[in-house]
Amino acid sequence: MSVRKNPILRETSHLLIPAILLFALYVQFHGDYGPGGGFQAGVIFASGIILYALLHGTKRAEKVISLNLAKTFAAIGLLLYAGIGVFGILLGGNYLDYNVLTQNPVHGQHWGILIIELGVGITVAAVIISIFYAFAKFKK
Amino acid sequence: MIGSHYPILQVVIPLMAAPLCSLLPRTKLPWLFATTVSWIAFVISIMLMLKVNTNGALIYELGSWPAPWGIQYHIDAISAFVLVVVTTVASITLLASRQLVENEITATKHSLFYTAFLLCLTGLLGIIATGDAFNVFVFLEISSLSSYAMIAMGDNRKALTASYEYLIMGTIGATFILIGIGLLYMQTGTLNMLDLQVRIHEIDGFRSVHAAFAFFTVGICLKLALFPLHQWLPNAYAYAPSVVSIFLAATATKVALYLLYRVFYTIFGFDFSFDVLNLGYILLPLSVIAIVISSFTAIFQPGVKRLLAYSSLAQIGYMTLGIALGTQAGLIASIIHLFNHAFIKGALFMCMACLLTYTHSTRLVDLAGAGKTMPWTCAAFVVGGLALIGMPLTSGFISKWYLILAILEKDWWWLAAIVLFTSLLSVIYVWRVVEQLYFRRPRPECSYAKEAPPLLLACTWLMILITVYFGIDSSYPIQMATSAAEVLLR
Repeated sequence: MSVRKNPILRETSHLLIPAILLFALYVQFHGDYGPGGGFQAGVIFASGIILYALLHGTKRAEKVISLNLAKTFAAIGLLLYAGIGVFGILLGGNYLDYNVLTQNPVHGQHWGILIIELGVGITVAAVIISIFYAFAKFKK
Repeated sequence: MIGSHYPILQVVIPLMAAPLCSLLPRTKLPWLFATTVSWIAFVISIMLMLKVNTNGALIYELGSWPAPWGIQYHIDAISAFVLVVVTTVASITLLASRQLVENEITATKHSLFYTAFLLCLTGLLGIIATGDAFNVFVFLEISSLSSYAMIAMGDNRKALTASYEYLIMGTIGATFILIGIGLLYMQTGTLNMLDLQVRIHEIDGFRSVHAAFAFFTVGICLKLALFPLHQWLPNAYAYAPSVVSIFLAATATKVALYLLYRVFYTIFGFDFSFDVLNLGYILLPLSVIAIVISSFTAIFQPGVKRLLAYSSLAQIGYMTLGIALGTQAGLIASIIHLFNHAFIKGALFMCMACLLTYTHSTRLVDLAGAGKTMPWTCAAFVVGGLALIGMPLTSGFISKWYLILAILEKDWWWLAAIVLFTSLLSVIYVWRVVEQLYFRRPRPECSYAKEAPPLLLACTWLMILITVYFGIDSSYPIQMATSAAEVLLR
């Protein structure tokens, strides 16, 4: 399918995709003040990439994020989540204790949840993209 | 200092190892890494058991949030015992797995397979370690989803339908458990198991608490594959890759049984489960039917993996029978059989894996004459089979002995007769395999078969020696099961 011959699709997607990705980042990092968080942000981010893949084909989308890169990020997100918990142990607290992350426990809690949600966001986005690739590239 | 973190490290080390494993290249490395991690988990579980034996129950607060609000990990005698069982089986299975995974799973999927294995291990360990009801559900899903994926990796196309069946049934089971948790949370406002134990007694008599109990029982029995909720199990075990059969047969249903103990004894309490709701009336007939029907079905199976799967269903029946007696002796018998059967069935499925490396089939007729070409493997199968039957000097005898003693304590002679009769049925199905192995002429195309790879064979014999050792000196499981039963019945 060639999106080049269809200016409406091409232009709308060019307009929408950056906005979707930016909105994902907003939902991600504004999650502790308003509705949102890692899971929602990850899904929104992935939907931006999936829209691109639907219009331009998986080959071009894989130049942006390849399947292997998505798998790597899926692992990195989980490691970030579990790693910050272990970091709490190393700083003398219990697992997932954010109080010890900074001098001020309130800031510690803030940082802890921010990083953990980032981990969730990265993993969810990466997993949804790789699920999409798995179906889109499925051949009998 | 690090010692106080063992309860969480037990779960977090395999959890963090799983994503790392998925990033490893296509070499021996994923196997080496997963095996090392499982042995680390094994060492931690031993340390936990030693600490629990000297200091009593361990409590670990996640994020330092105090008990009813935060998630609490709670390791007492029963959880420490089951943790040791699961980590031991996982370590031996992973050590033995390299050749099997190379034979049965596409090279590109090796690292992902070990990732799924580690996630499954994480889930099982998490269910045991946690003291929080909702956390149990989360870990149940982690272990179930990864085992669906692993079963689907079997090289027979039927593995896909087997995995799908298990997925549907497993999801229904998990949903029931979640509904049970939800009802309890609605009534008590807490998810902490120890806190639930206290609060349920304050609101005794509510219909929704009874409903929660029912949902828990049915949901866990689905996971446990108790008759008549067992339909998913034979196919799942038969078509899964052999490593997965070994691991799941030895651990997955055992962890579900552990969960059953937790719900019946820790959350709802013995009095509520057995006196108010008369659990024994429903569990006893179901266990007896499971033992009798599954043993008969096992006799007529054409494939050895299916035969062993049906035998597993019968053994699960023995374990729930122990619970259904509603006595301390029955509970101890059930816990001892949990321990012994994990190693017996692990060893037998490992023998099947050995045979599979050369015969490429687990159909009974295709194993003809393997006793000549693979003497060590077949000898291991014979010893494992004797343990399954319950011959003296094997751990199976200890299980049966304690179960029958517990039954006679209640003066139910007819039940003791049924247990002995079904042991005779297991003689028949074990004999059918032994007859094929030793008393038939080998197929011409299998006459070149030689002994299984040394590491795999060594691990098989390690499992067998464990069963024999605990058949001769059974003080460890009996002592652990007794203190576990005391903790549960407190």
